Amino acid sequence: MDAITTLLQNYDVPAAFWMTVKLTVLSAIGALVLGTVVAVCRVSPVGVLRGFGTAYVTLVRNTPLTLIVFFCAFGLLNTLNLSLASAGSPTEVIDNNFRYGVVALSVYHASFVAEALRSGINTVPQGQAEAARAIGLGFGASLREVILPQAFRGAVAPLGNTLIALTKNTTVVATIGVAELAYLMRGMIEFNPSLLYAIFLLVAACFVLLTLPTGLLFTALSRRLVVQR
Amino acid sequence: MTPTQKILGVAAATGLALAMGACARAENAVPEGGAGGDAGSGGPVTIGIKFDQPGLGQQVGSDFKGFDVEVARYVAKELGYTDVTFKEAPSAQRETLLQSGQVKMIFATYSITDDRKQKVSFGGPYFVAGQDLLVKADDTAITGPDSLNGKKLCSVTGSTSAKKVKDQFASSVQLQEYDTYSKCVEALNSGRIDAVTTDDVILAGFAAQPQYQGKLKVVGQTFSTEKYGVGLAKGDTATCEKVNAAITKMVDDGSWQKALDDTVGAADFKPDTSTNPPKPEPCS
Repeated sequence: MDAITTLLQNYDVPAAFWMTVKLTVLSAIGALVLGTVVAVCRVSPVGVLRGFGTAYVTLVRNTPLTLIVFFCAFGLLNTLNLSLASAGSPTEVIDNNFRYGVVALSVYHASFVAEALRSGINTVPQGQAEAARAIGLGFGASLREVILPQAFRGAVAPLGNTLIALTKNTTVVATIGVAELAYLMRGMIEFNPSLLYAIFLLVAACFVLLTLPTGLLFTALSRRLVVQR
Repeated sequence: MTPTQKILGVAAATGLALAMGACARAENAVPEGGAGGDAGSGGPVTIGIKFDQPGLGQQVGSDFKGFDVEVARYVAKELGYTDVTFKEAPSAQRETLLQSGQVKMIFATYSITDDRKQKVSFGGPYFVAGQDLLVKADDTAITGPDSLNGKKLCSVTGSTSAKKVKDQFASSVQLQEYDTYSKCVEALNSGRIDAVTTDDVILAGFAAQPQYQGKLKVVGQTFSTEKYGVGLAKGDTATCEKVNAAITKMVDDGSWQKALDDTVGAADFKPDTSTNPPKPEPCS
């Protein structure tokens, strides 16, 4: 217990925790938006869009996240000079790292969100789409008014799994210097190697604090929101 | 797929799996009693080094090259070991490897600090490094840590070096941290950042790599002291004495200087001669 107190006194654990939360929430929103677009592409009647959706999921889902993060930091930022922060600002480096971290996490998890949503879309009986078409709704309207609302409710559980995976995957962006929990942990291990187990325990506890309520919430939601058929 | 193709595919996959298995075995090979053998009794020994530190401890094919490796080989020979096995010792695992007896000694840019002394003992030091800056070869604006205001400085996650510069020398420097120094050096080479900071000998090792030769330089203004020691199991004074004797002999007969020139000398790197070569500290 002394060890944990020492760590909390010497390191800014709440700041790192908050950074992990920020990464998780922003990337979750990004992944949800991008993933919905990809899922809609995958079920659209237009061949090119379907091809794009399939290609996106196949490519991104099989690429290690570390590689995507590395590509964002070195390919887009360092080599192509695509800066996401205003040049010359005193926090340019930190802003770029954080924003590219969110981009990488969003792009990676969008493929999982898309597949979760597609499974949700598959829970909606074929007759619903046909009925929507029969009363005169176009592809967009029938998706918006009939299919997607039911699809989201059917996909709550897999979306929750993706969110939990995303929470833990935020640790990967420590490699480009975003000051979140895994980054803090490396610093702690370097300067207080004698407290190794306390450090692991502390960081693990932080993640349990984030993922356990998420899991419980999504299980409860998936029960409450399920479409009774 | 025709049946022939199928058979070929299976054969290729099996071959690959076997080859990978063989590699894994070779890497993990720890001879019986390798780490636990008595000091000076001859036979096999396992030594922990870095595998990814150019100029100090780097795996090249099946061989290992670098200053740490040269010192390790010399010391092992002086201690009477005939069969040296190298094992990778990443920074975070060094204490554990020594405590569990998986390695007998560690030569891996292992700075002697009080916190580490609580868990392990140190022989040496065999080199005294100091924090320094690596910049582009044509950069004349950066002459030392206090000329870094408004510049971008890179270091690795979990090291004090960059934070120290910001706190003590240049308050408006921007810090970039990556998980490895090779990423820092690549970013420096591409111009995204202005300087990399860590121990001078590590920087020299990177600058001496063929792809960076002539493009990068070490500034040569050290502003800290890092004593690289030989990590030993806690309380192993018998080995410590022998290691110190071996290091002293290595310095005296000129092999120490030769090893340094052969490994990190390619970048025109000259260590701080007021502290190098160092005198080993008494064992405790």
